[in-house]
Amino acid sequence: MHDSERLIACLPRLRRYARALLGGRAGADDLVQDTVERGWDKLASWRRGGDMRAWLFGIMHNLHVDQQRRPALATEPLDEEWSQALPDGAGDAAAGRLALRDMDSALRRLPPEQRAVLLLVALEEMRYDEVAAALDIPLGTVMSRLSRGRERLRLLMEGQPLPSPLKVIK
Amino acid sequence: MSAPVTEAELQAWVDGQLAPSRRAAVDGYLELHPAEAARLHAYREHNIALRARYNPVLDEPVPAALTQVRHRLSARWRAQSLRAAAMLALTLAGGAAGWLARDAATPTPDAADLQAAALPRSAALAHAVYTPEVRHPVEVGADQQAHLVAWLSKRLGAPLKPPQLQAQGYALEGGRLLPGRSGPVAQLMYRDAGGARLTLYVSTEQTHSRETGFRFAQEGNVGVFYWIDGQFGYALSASLDKPALAALANAVYAQLQPAS
Repeated sequence: MHDSERLIACLPRLRRYARALLGGRAGADDLVQDTVERGWDKLASWRRGGDMRAWLFGIMHNLHVDQQRRPALATEPLDEEWSQALPDGAGDAAAGRLALRDMDSALRRLPPEQRAVLLLVALEEMRYDEVAAALDIPLGTVMSRLSRGRERLRLLMEGQPLPSPLKVIK
Repeated sequence: MSAPVTEAELQAWVDGQLAPSRRAAVDGYLELHPAEAARLHAYREHNIALRARYNPVLDEPVPAALTQVRHRLSARWRAQSLRAAAMLALTLAGGAAGWLARDAATPTPDAADLQAAALPRSAALAHAVYTPEVRHPVEVGADQQAHLVAWLSKRLGAPLKPPQLQAQGYALEGGRLLPGRSGPVAQLMYRDAGGARLTLYVSTEQTHSRETGFRFAQEGNVGVFYWIDGQFGYALSASLDKPALAALANAVYAQLQPAS
């Protein structure tokens, strides 16, 4: 298969992941477009025979992280991003009272790095070592983010108060 | 006595990634710890809920900005397959002719022709990908022309001076570097008053160095005039008809000549 065809074939999955990662449709498709462009530019650097899907997800992840670091985020309306930046507990208590049972809202209340790992595992059905390679993090970090993200999601879905992020989940 | 069950193994159980040899140990552990079993079942339900929630995205039509690229690409691949088939037929016919009349001066398509054929294909593809761009059509804008010239020349390993096409109604927007077959190639982008874009694709990969006259290729609605001059391959692409594009190609060619 031609490299470009292979890249295009990844589009629906990139869109699905971006939608779950960002929650909104518009922002998600912008992220996919940026990813495709970047992928196009770097196609020559993609090792032929490597896993193009993991490579593209890695590009998307880096772009997403860069976007989150942009100061522009500070000017966005007060929402989950803001409550995540609050001192520990303040946003979580509100979330508990609101008893967010909806999957979308719960997902958005996960720390981005936990959300990314959970979605690659649950939606993309990647192996843990593939997730580690795509996100360029150690396997142990993948496992701890997965474990913490899942437990946090469970508590959110059940409307329970969240534990401190520093607490070890047994 | 098997090793204690770890949290990582419990996660692997949820995702069906557990090593078969550990399956019995984890199942035994879950029988003894119902709260843990409930927790893991909740995680499995999350997986199912996430797929149910987001899998429909896979069946959605890909949106306009991406579809545009996608359709042009599909058209390009069809053209590419046809051309490859035609080229193969020519090669075979040429080979057969050569075999039957070895001394006859039958020109046969060779590596240089194949390389030349790849040029308009790559150029039209790059044109289709980048011209719909609103936010970042170029990497370096024309406002930094000195930097653009120095950068592209350095990366191409040969001097490249963007032709001026103001007289033809096109202003230089800037340029970008792209991957070619064996190294970098440059794309310069121009824009007319109505917003229509023109791209000049410059490759330095013509290792079979043979000069050609102007050639024209039509890729979907993108017309490409291309020519090879020594190591340089040039391709001018736009959604214009052949005569209009030919006039522009002449203007570009005239400006490039003194430089090379």
